[in-house]
Amino acid sequence: MIESKTLPTSYVTQPGEIRTSSGKTLHTDEMIINMGPQHPSTHGVLRLEIVVDGEIIVDVIPHIGYLHRCFEKHAEHMTNYQQVLPYADRMDYVAAMNMEHGYALAVERMMKIEVPERVEYIRVIMAELQRIASHLIAVGTFGIDAGAFTPFLYAFHDREHILDLYEMTCGARLLYNYIWIGGVSHDLPPQFIDKAKEFCTYFKPRIKQFNDLLTFNEIFVKRCANVGVLPKDVAINYACSGPMLRASGVNWDLRRDDPYSVYNRFEWEPQVGKGEMGTVGDTWDRHIVRMREMEQSVRIIEQALAGIPPGNVQAAIPKRIRPEAGEIYARTETPRGELGYYVISDGSTTPFRVKARSPAFVNLSVLPEISRGAMIADLVLIAGSVDIVLGEVDR
Amino acid sequence: MDALQNLGVWASVLLAVVWSALPIVFILLYALVTLYMEMKVAAHMQDRLAYMRTGWHGTLQPFADILKLLQKEDTISVAADKKLFMLAPYVVFVGTYGAFSTIPFTSLYIGSNIDLGAFFIVAVSSLVVVGILMGGWASNNKWSIFGAMRSAAQMVSYEIPTALAILIAVMITGSLNLQEVTKFQEGGIQNWVVFGGPLPLTQKLLLIPFTLVTFLILFIASLAEVNRTPFDLPEAESELVQGFNTEYSGMRFAMFYLAEYANMFLVAAVAVSLFLGGWASPFGSFMSGPVWGLFWFVGKGMVLVFLQIWIRWTLPRLRVDQLMYTSWKVLTPFLFVCIFAVGIILVL
Amino acid sequence: MNAVRGYFRNIWLALSTVAIGMKITFKHLFVPAVTVQYPDVKMKLPERARNRLYVNIDDCIGCDQCSMACPVDCIIIETIKSTPDQDLGTTSTGHKKKLHVPRFDIDIAKCCYCGLCVYPCPTECIVMTDVYEFSEFDRHNLIYNYSIMTPQEIEMATEKLKKAEEEAAAKKAAAAAAKAALTAAAQPSALPTTGGTAAQNPKPTGPAPDSSQQPGNS
Repeated sequence: MIESKTLPTSYVTQPGEIRTSSGKTLHTDEMIINMGPQHPSTHGVLRLEIVVDGEIIVDVIPHIGYLHRCFEKHAEHMTNYQQVLPYADRMDYVAAMNMEHGYALAVERMMKIEVPERVEYIRVIMAELQRIASHLIAVGTFGIDAGAFTPFLYAFHDREHILDLYEMTCGARLLYNYIWIGGVSHDLPPQFIDKAKEFCTYFKPRIKQFNDLLTFNEIFVKRCANVGVLPKDVAINYACSGPMLRASGVNWDLRRDDPYSVYNRFEWEPQVGKGEMGTVGDTWDRHIVRMREMEQSVRIIEQALAGIPPGNVQAAIPKRIRPEAGEIYARTETPRGELGYYVISDGSTTPFRVKARSPAFVNLSVLPEISRGAMIADLVLIAGSVDIVLGEVDR
Repeated sequence: MDALQNLGVWASVLLAVVWSALPIVFILLYALVTLYMEMKVAAHMQDRLAYMRTGWHGTLQPFADILKLLQKEDTISVAADKKLFMLAPYVVFVGTYGAFSTIPFTSLYIGSNIDLGAFFIVAVSSLVVVGILMGGWASNNKWSIFGAMRSAAQMVSYEIPTALAILIAVMITGSLNLQEVTKFQEGGIQNWVVFGGPLPLTQKLLLIPFTLVTFLILFIASLAEVNRTPFDLPEAESELVQGFNTEYSGMRFAMFYLAEYANMFLVAAVAVSLFLGGWASPFGSFMSGPVWGLFWFVGKGMVLVFLQIWIRWTLPRLRVDQLMYTSWKVLTPFLFVCIFAVGIILVL
Repeated sequence: MNAVRGYFRNIWLALSTVAIGMKITFKHLFVPAVTVQYPDVKMKLPERARNRLYVNIDDCIGCDQCSMACPVDCIIIETIKSTPDQDLGTTSTGHKKKLHVPRFDIDIAKCCYCGLCVYPCPTECIVMTDVYEFSEFDRHNLIYNYSIMTPQEIEMATEKLKKAEEEAAAKKAAAAAAKAALTAAAQPSALPTTGGTAAQNPKPTGPAPDSSQQPGNS
């Protein structure tokens, strides 16, 4: 029985040091394996140092920082707040609209700007479309981790339609610079609403097809059920958020519990894991929470498209963005969890400090806790179910 | 072959060599076709096009792949066990090719007409396990060792259902010699063993559920023998890079690859010969004969290979313990029940 | 008993879900592929597509707004003030051009395609086109020089500006000297005054403030 749940004092293995969780010198059973920065399965450049006993994992130590690009330092040297937006895009490149939305919200609150209603509706539509696109990547790559190559391509085919919608509106497919402080950069083109409605009708049977192919496939269920169980109290203690938290049974969604924008006008349900195929909080629950969240996002988009008011989207964009000296923390619900921006202004046109509280970074910290006792094949699935994007983890 | 003793030693040796090299010609041609087919079928299942630029719709791509593998640098890592490393791919291929000697391609051709056919196949194809273990161990790479261990456990466990399923077919047809088994199933699709064999109607109807289940189990077990998804743990790309294949490059890797495709056809051929009538035409005497026999045999084999490809691109992967559970706790008990039932029905 | 039922249920579920999955992939075999075979077939981009930048240098008034708006500092602009006797013409949008632009470089390798430079331009001379096939073999070929002034024109303009400034400085010096001589001559016996009323000693001014002068001339 290998005990000792204390964390190692240093996260860097010194040369010649042998690391086991029990503190004894290396048993002939235990092996240290490196799931290196280059690996077909870790989503991005993440290094996992694994201590295994046969096939059972004793400890996992994630090493990050391979994609650090100094977002926060850049933000301090921009000439105005508007220029920080392209950098915020590039943090989580898979869910760029949500990154921009969070930052714009923070600065607007600091400057007490009221954006027109049309802008709020457009932002909600874009954010929810982005949520679908991001979840498609998450479930597609999760399928590949489990060995099923085909659902990934079906997911990307659907994602192409969303990217086409974005390209029609703002000209870019991945890094948009669309949601500006005080408004959005372009109004919706005339054919957008019809095409978006078409997409919603097209997408609903595709979710069902994806579920038939992957989610309810018995082999997949057996792989994912009871693996990587994240209990409720552990999730809350580690400050997990987003689908990871909801899959563990905690009914907490920032769009409903700390509402921003116009989310409180729509009818939709936050999805909570119920342990249908195994324990509450296992990897299957996270997967099904993401699939169901996509359905809910389609619901929100349809309601928003039906009720979008006319207006001028650039009416509230300030000529010069110079908030008073002060600080603010604003949080939004991205596909990965709670994204927070802590912005300190010193009264000039340049931000003094912008700190991004990245959801993937915090969610990743729970990985060692939930993978003790699992097998290596399971570790791949667990790491995939956390849904990390290294751009956001490292900023 | 007795008449040829008069020809003299050298001529008979030459003839023997040519006779036994025919399957390798077949394997090479078949590998090219299957490489292409796998990529194209996978692509169209995923709504995309695969090769389109090398030759018409990419038909020259397999040649390009082989040329590329041939001209690669032959790297052997410094800490690897050189002799075992170099020997491993050939052991794997020999294990597969040896079993081809007792497969009847047509009524006139069978490599070696011994009376032990099916038993010989099961025995010789176990050499593949040895080769994989050699390859994994000699690479001196933790990931390779993982892959090799998993593969050895998997192949050894799935030999049992394979052997039991073959036993059931042998019980019905009464011979281990695959040529005899195929001749037994001549006369049309109703005489195939999977539909009960050429037995009286009552026995046949009683046998059909058991033979169908046996055929299904043989097919599943053969997927595991070939290391294909859902049993492809040894090569699980997303977990172990390439498993026991990791350190191999160039021609040695091509050898492993060729051995895997040959193995695919081998297990398909065994299933076809034992259960689906081998080279016998499904229409009885229409479209039968030695040349037609080759066509039917290869055709049925390719249908099973297509099925293997189809399954690979649909299903996720089983974990090691689930794989063991399937073999020991699901497939083997069902087969025991089938053996018991078939035995009783045949005695009736 | 439950265990036995669970065992058979597992087997049934395994077979049935596998069959459903296989049916889906089989159906997709007959769906036409969605691949667009670039470069034989190129898709048409929507009209708002943001790809390579283009500057219509005839419309550029040298205001430097795009350069200041760029978050990665990939636009470098140098301007030379024009003297009042030069007529640089007007842009197609009606703005009068007051500055020569001898240098307008965009390093398209640094550009992040955010489009922030497009909005502040008063004459809409910098736009994002839909060209996306512009890779080069040499990195230095990715620095686009948009200015069309020849070296002689640049030299001429610099000379003219220098002369104009020298003349203005000389005029100012002459005016100040004349003023000093006047005050010295007008009051030989009066008490020397250190200052003077504002009317007698007006504050010296520099060159006439030009309304089109913009910050950022470098």
